Amino acid sequence: MSKDRLPGWKDLPRGGVILEAGNAREYETGEWRSTICPKWKPEKCIHCLFCWVYCPDAAIRVENGKMIGIDYKYCKGCGICAKECPVKGKAIDMVPENEATS
Amino acid sequence: MSSKVALTGNEAVACAMRQIDPDVVAAYPITPQTDIVQYFSQYVADGRVKTEFVTVESEHSAMSATVGASAAGARAMTATSSQGLALMWEIVYIASSLRLPIVMPVVNRALSAPINIHCDHGDTMGARDSGWIQLYSENAQEVYDNTLQAVRIAEHPDVLLPVMVCQDGFITSHALENLVVEDDEFVKRWAGPYKPDRALLDLDRPMTIGALDLQDYYFEHKRSQIEAMNNAGRIVKAVGEEFGKKTGRTYGFFEAYRLDDADIAIVVLNSTAGTAKPVVDALRADGIKAGLLKPRMFRPFPAAELAAVLKGAKAIAVMDRAEGFSAMGGPIFPEIRSALYDVEKKPVVVNYVYGLGGRNIGTKDIKAVYDELAQVAKTGQYSRLVTYLGVRE
Repeated sequence: MSKDRLPGWKDLPRGGVILEAGNAREYETGEWRSTICPKWKPEKCIHCLFCWVYCPDAAIRVENGKMIGIDYKYCKGCGICAKECPVKGKAIDMVPENEATS
Repeated sequence: MSSKVALTGNEAVACAMRQIDPDVVAAYPITPQTDIVQYFSQYVADGRVKTEFVTVESEHSAMSATVGASAAGARAMTATSSQGLALMWEIVYIASSLRLPIVMPVVNRALSAPINIHCDHGDTMGARDSGWIQLYSENAQEVYDNTLQAVRIAEHPDVLLPVMVCQDGFITSHALENLVVEDDEFVKRWAGPYKPDRALLDLDRPMTIGALDLQDYYFEHKRSQIEAMNNAGRIVKAVGEEFGKKTGRTYGFFEAYRLDDADIAIVVLNSTAGTAKPVVDALRADGIKAGLLKPRMFRPFPAAELAAVLKGAKAIAVMDRAEGFSAMGGPIFPEIRSALYDVEKKPVVVNYVYGLGGRNIGTKDIKAVYDELAQVAKTGQYSRLVTYLGVRE
């Protein structure tokens, strides 16, 4: 959102409260990711969804009960998903930024 | 029917709180506020109020619980003094910034160190920039009336700010005085039911309170908080006038006592204004044009209105029962002086810091201030900008 589109003080809810539910989605925490990030290896994934449970943000994309990839918009590179992945040899590796998204 | 009764200032506040019957009171006892909480807890124990009374382990918790209750949608009150207010500090700012209409009687007492339990205004003057409305009270009647009005002021949709109702520790909090108490039914109608437009317990309309607010929004939220304070004066006046129509006791921003044609005037808060009035009368009897201005509302600061009534004087003494350690006098002094900056014929304005730690101030002390003011008015010059009244050299 560009600066000139932010609302003025008269248009803001009193006391800094947030009235819309679920608007954390608008806050793209992946903007400040660390230098490493998760790389998913679909061929190894058993779709246990441990990564989805443990992810402290909304970086694990799930569809029809299956892991379908990583949403880097919300990934801070904490590595919890890779750490908790129970698969032998891991279905998620933490790698340098350019290797994960290539 | 209203009734004339004898109560201490603290009893008067507890009586007002009983009649308001707030949903939640969370409080911790501290001298000289203790009676308020003690009497109120008795009302709770006797079933005379429906209030949920929360006994907390500190004032930080008292203010936190009051903020939580208010955010949840309750009419919430607490009360404190001195170190208690100091311990609340972090949450005092949160109450006003979240725009919660909490009412808090504060019984003015000096701050440590050295430890002291007696009256000065260092506690609430320190909180003058915390975003709370501040009302000051000369006697039991005023502190009772101010407490009743504070609920209406705080909860007004154009304000929604917390209010401190201040009175002098021991001097009025523990002194028995005659006052008129309105009947319970009147206060019930006066306060009315509290219907917040937003509440955390309104599960159909969920909201987040106290979220992170950074460079892109914080300033705008502060600006809207400033606007609430800009509105507050108008509401304090309107509520004071409505209260007057219903009880015969009208309130404004201040009381101007024999000030109209005064050459010399004192500005002083709370009980000392009561001490000063007979001095003014005695001076007037001697043909000296002395007057008095007793501010009631210190936050917001009614600069234009104060200037309008003070500008005719030749010399003014602002009396502060608090020291700001700014090295230019007490906290009220620079504000009154600044309010007079734009008037055409500026009065000479000097400062007297008095009564710290409960040091007694009598009519003789006040007379001495007027005598010095008469000299200042005659010469148009002062010898000392700030005087520490009665302190031993």
